[in-house]
Amino acid sequence: MNVSLFEIMSYPFMQRALLGALITGLIAPSLGIYLVQRKMSLIGDGIGHIALTGVGVGLLTGSNPVVTAIIVSALGAVAVELIRERGRTSGDMALAILFYGGIAGGVFLVGLAPGKGSANLTSYLFGSLVTTTPADLVAMAVLGACVLAVTVGLRPWLFAVCQDEEYAKVSGLPVRALNLLLAVMTAVTVTVAMRTVGLLLVSALMVVPVAAAQLVSRGFAGTMALAMLGGVVSAGTGMTLSGGFNLQPGATIVLVAIALFVLVALAGTVLRRRRRAEPAQVAACEPPECVLDS
Amino acid sequence: MSTSPVLVIRHGAVAYDRPVLRDVNLTVTSGEVVAVLGANGSGKSTMIRAALGLVPLAEGEVELFGTPLRRFRERRRIGYVPQRLGAGGGVPATVGEVVGSGRLARRGFPGRRTAEDRQAVAGALAAVGLTDRANDPVASLSGGQQQRTLIARALAGQPDLLVLDEPTAGVDAASQEAFADALRDFVARGGTVLLVAHELGPLQPVITRAVVVHDGVIAHDGPVPHPSGHHAEPGHDHVHPHAPQDPPSIWGRE
Repeated sequence: MNVSLFEIMSYPFMQRALLGALITGLIAPSLGIYLVQRKMSLIGDGIGHIALTGVGVGLLTGSNPVVTAIIVSALGAVAVELIRERGRTSGDMALAILFYGGIAGGVFLVGLAPGKGSANLTSYLFGSLVTTTPADLVAMAVLGACVLAVTVGLRPWLFAVCQDEEYAKVSGLPVRALNLLLAVMTAVTVTVAMRTVGLLLVSALMVVPVAAAQLVSRGFAGTMALAMLGGVVSAGTGMTLSGGFNLQPGATIVLVAIALFVLVALAGTVLRRRRRAEPAQVAACEPPECVLDS
Repeated sequence: MSTSPVLVIRHGAVAYDRPVLRDVNLTVTSGEVVAVLGANGSGKSTMIRAALGLVPLAEGEVELFGTPLRRFRERRRIGYVPQRLGAGGGVPATVGEVVGSGRLARRGFPGRRTAEDRQAVAGALAAVGLTDRANDPVASLSGGQQQRTLIARALAGQPDLLVLDEPTAGVDAASQEAFADALRDFVARGGTVLLVAHELGPLQPVITRAVVVHDGVIAHDGPVPHPSGHHAEPGHDHVHPHAPQDPPSIWGRE
């Protein structure tokens, strides 16, 4: 398999596919960590549903589906943010209607588009990495850089807002602007990942590496770095496996990410058991509270 | 030290479904340590939340440092300590990271972190006695230590006014003492404090004035009322039979 894998990876289309997967693997967890922090892990999935309507609009009007997907999913993400901000109990229902409206609208519009069959729909729902063109790759790189500039560059502010929104408000941080920026970046990430893992699996790449990272990390910055590493490793491994064994790339990438999570969880359990077997150290790691006071 | 008003509430009223606060008037001047006391549901927390703009006033007005709340932009002058951390917390965060977010109001947006920021965070951690826990996940701390983390976060911004919502609820005695010390230092440096409390405990000597809220109105404004009846007995153990034995963690129920 080694020789054939090497051969396969020497094709430019496979190299573009690998690069595209790596970009997605890097940016999706960097954004997803904020959604997880807010305990809104499934929002990425919903935005993915809404993006499908954008794809439908693009195919129907003959415009670039990536552009229309970004616009429609950004509008959807802003709507989701406004619903969240109000914090109404009916918000849950509003989100459900928005998300299913999004996917139904997408399927409906793609069906209306001339000469665009179900094969096309599948490529957006589950990704189509190997058809990545050089122009697609440039778009992914530029959009990915925008997402990273926000998620990594504004980390302290986004962390503060997602951790304790009321405190951020009292501190005078631009809470609303940051929330809307995060919403738009979620839409951009979803659209970039659409090509890689598809709209139905977008959320997995945003959330699963974060879930794995936080099993071993102590802080937010550490979790973010580990999650981005996990995302890149999953995307790279998944893409290589899919090239070598002729597997569906998006699904393989997500399954590798989940396997990584399971491995980390198992390793963590073993380590904790081993630590418990050394009782002297356990006693030393939790000093009595009164000693801490100066 | 000037005695200019730091916080003024005039004829403040708040209503959710029913009126929670009615015609509340409060003036806190520079250097004071004001405790807002009252039973659960009396409206005492709502009062300070309204003063910070977290709850809209149905009537009346709030002034912070002489500026109406609507036009108040010097948010860095306020250090807010909520009862518990917000909903966020799905991802681990270290004590240092949480306290560091208290510097953001000073840093500006999007300012760089300076040596001054680092010093302020270190100073705030030292003030509450958590220096050696800076790199630990907040979830690994006791309830009292988590509360001290939130106080350090507010202190890190070097505010002029500290507003605390039930800072000692469900907090162990050691943390209460550490907290009283931190408050004393803060006041000695010219700070003003407004805190909501159910009972004062070790804080009592630090308090300069007490405001008692009862049924949405201010029932007392003056010296700290002395406990009466069996509450006044030495060694009285203030037990709430209705309170949970093990208070829920301030980071949410786990």
